[in-house]
Amino acid sequence: MAGVGSACLAVALLTAAYAAGASLYGARTGRREWVTSGRRAIYCVAGLCVTAFALLESAFLRSDFSFALVAEGSSTSTPTFYKVTALWATQDGSLLLWATLLSLFASAVLFLTRRSLRDIAPYATAVLGVIAGFFLLLMVGWENPFDTLATPPAEGAGLNPLLRHPAMMIHPPMLYTGYVGFSVPFAFAIGALVTRRTGADWVRATRRFALIAWIFLGTGIMLGALWSYTELGWGGYWAWDPVENASLMPWLVGTAFLHSIMVQEKRGMLKVWNVSLICATFTLALLGTFLVRSGILDSIHAFGASTIGVQFLVFIGLVIALSATLIISRLPYLRTEAKLDSLLSREAFFLLNNLVLVGLCLVIMWGTFFPLISELITGTEASVGPPWFNRLVTPLALVLVLLAGIGPVLAWRRFTPAALWRVAWVPVAVAGATLVLLLAFTDAADSPPSLAMFCLVAFVLAVVGQELWRGTVARRTMTGESWPRALARLTGRNRRRYGGYLVHAGIAVLFLGVAASSAFVQQRDVRLRPGQSFGVDGYQVTYRQATAKLGGDSSGTGAPIAFGAILDVRGKGKHFVMRPSRNYYATTDPTLGAISRFFEGEATSEVDVRWGLRRDLWMAIRPDIGSLQGPIREADRKFADSPTDVQAFIIAALADRYRSNPPPAAFRAIASPLVLWIWIGGGIVVLGALVAAWPSPEARLRRMRSLYSARLGRELSRA
Amino acid sequence: MDPSRKRKLRLVVALTAAVLLATALIYTSFSASTEASKPSQIKPGRSYDLTGKVVNGSVSHRGDQLRFRVRDRDGTASVPVSYTGVVPDPFREGREVIVSGELERGTFVAERDSLVTKCPSKFTKDKQSS
Repeated sequence: MAGVGSACLAVALLTAAYAAGASLYGARTGRREWVTSGRRAIYCVAGLCVTAFALLESAFLRSDFSFALVAEGSSTSTPTFYKVTALWATQDGSLLLWATLLSLFASAVLFLTRRSLRDIAPYATAVLGVIAGFFLLLMVGWENPFDTLATPPAEGAGLNPLLRHPAMMIHPPMLYTGYVGFSVPFAFAIGALVTRRTGADWVRATRRFALIAWIFLGTGIMLGALWSYTELGWGGYWAWDPVENASLMPWLVGTAFLHSIMVQEKRGMLKVWNVSLICATFTLALLGTFLVRSGILDSIHAFGASTIGVQFLVFIGLVIALSATLIISRLPYLRTEAKLDSLLSREAFFLLNNLVLVGLCLVIMWGTFFPLISELITGTEASVGPPWFNRLVTPLALVLVLLAGIGPVLAWRRFTPAALWRVAWVPVAVAGATLVLLLAFTDAADSPPSLAMFCLVAFVLAVVGQELWRGTVARRTMTGESWPRALARLTGRNRRRYGGYLVHAGIAVLFLGVAASSAFVQQRDVRLRPGQSFGVDGYQVTYRQATAKLGGDSSGTGAPIAFGAILDVRGKGKHFVMRPSRNYYATTDPTLGAISRFFEGEATSEVDVRWGLRRDLWMAIRPDIGSLQGPIREADRKFADSPTDVQAFIIAALADRYRSNPPPAAFRAIASPLVLWIWIGGGIVVLGALVAAWPSPEARLRRMRSLYSARLGRELSRA
Repeated sequence: MDPSRKRKLRLVVALTAAVLLATALIYTSFSASTEASKPSQIKPGRSYDLTGKVVNGSVSHRGDQLRFRVRDRDGTASVPVSYTGVVPDPFREGREVIVSGELERGTFVAERDSLVTKCPSKFTKDKQSS
């Protein structure tokens, strides 16, 4: 089976190379059949990658430890859900996921554009073929996911416990889909540059792909934040970790791209800027993958010394060189068709929003790569921490939210301050009222940036609400429809516009959560014996009793041992119970004793979060198993060679001992106000983006009509 | 204003903004950064990001305090560390850690919650190096 998988990859590599070569040759010589053949070769690559993926996945499901990857990342005791997802927890497996997703995306876009963009598509096929070929080459040459072990072990090492979290298993495919998705507009941009067809055609053809990629990347980032909040046991959702930054950077530049292509579509401006943005987005996506893979920066994600860092660097270098050469050589064809009429116009504000987004990206990039920069300049490796990022990012984020409010109500070309005031006075009043209310009734003034953010959020929400209101009223007076029907029709007929409003509202809600939870979080770290209590944010938390569970922890991660606590929480008119625990995973380390290997392996916090719209209560426990050390050592000596059921009995006895006579345990309690709104906001963003991406019935009708008239024209000319 | 002057003016404004941002970046990052250093490099009197491996058998708890020794990644020089705050889940003897703090009377006193652990070597491809 492994041989078949390796063969699939090798053939896929050759096919991808053929796809690139054939479509280039076809485009150069004008022989359409070669172009068609190249396109179909991409479908073949997709088929081969999916086959390889399915083979590897079935090996994981069968727990076939003759596959090195399966032995490394899975075990018979790993729950089925995590067996399936363990594939992309490994480096080779995630490369295969990348290649598979890329070939599927490429096939989809090439299929959809098979009858249009005849000049650009062959070059886009070639670019996509080269990218797919690169990832396949990495697997064939260095990191073959189908490596086999001569002597398969009886049991695998198991999936890293930290990764046993639902969000973590969906997060990588989401991120990769985002990264991969941006390669489609990139490929078409390159095609447009090569063929000098730099109008808005390539933008229209791939706009939706860019938006879908953006949705996936954003969702991936949100899920990563959720994982960080609920699994890592430190209670935060964002740490400016290099790899978090690596996923945020292409998202920011991609956001800028999605805005500025509207200017190109509407006004024929910013062409150089747009092709540069999409090249930058794709490069950053590669850079994100490279950062995770290379281990050049200290990060929780660093996969240690990797063998494919150099290859990635070379490929990124080639991408940058090719893009830059092409853009510079095509500058005469990228001249703008119109001039900026006025700084008071929507396009000027779009440009400003672009500058802020790219500025944010540059700041984050500088901070992320600072250790390398500093080593280059001063010779010592120094790093900047989260406070530095927060200080620089906060003002830019404030400007960004302000622009998210103003941008949508501005007119193209030119507007007068009086016209702006007519649409903006209500939102400004709402923001003002918010300011007054917050100052009067809350302590929001303790954090000026957060206070400013709250007012801006109110402003954005008011703008969006007002737009929806005005549109609905106008439609009702015209058609006499009911309120909900008018709203639905209004949105349905202007999906991009109202989807965009929804996205802006979602971003505002997200920032509401960020501003509130970052500035007004309360945290307590305490050590308690059963019966003792402590207070946090108006809650009285009492450690009622210790728990010790064997086999099957509540969250289904397959941990053999879980020590935890039952906590009584009273306060704010509520009374509830929280059950944080800590999972202990056995290790196969041969230097440890038969019993202690169950306690000395990986351990992960299973945080208990009481979610709430107003505030979350987050609770983690770190049990002190020091008191069990003596008995564990003794059991190691006595029961080293005992059968497993006797050992299981001993472990049960140790757990019993912990439960009945628990030592003090360390607790961390965090009360975060409005933190849930980060993910609610994220959900609204996704919803809005989906609305904007959904093809509207009118557009479909138009396309049908144009196809029909094209056919009619053909037939008439033949007659 | 004639168009060419307007263009120039716009360019100057844009460049000034870019230069200002760049200066702010460079200035703040160099003044806010902390040096990453190996145990053999640190001296008292300033703060560092200490990087290295946790020495086997050196981890002990004293009340809220976690004590362990960190040694050079590729050497034997080591320094005792006392740390309070949240301990990341992957923290283990033999793992690579980063912790910020200052050397006081021969002990590296770490800032609260500053301990970062690199992901377990289970991720790494080449087992020989870990």
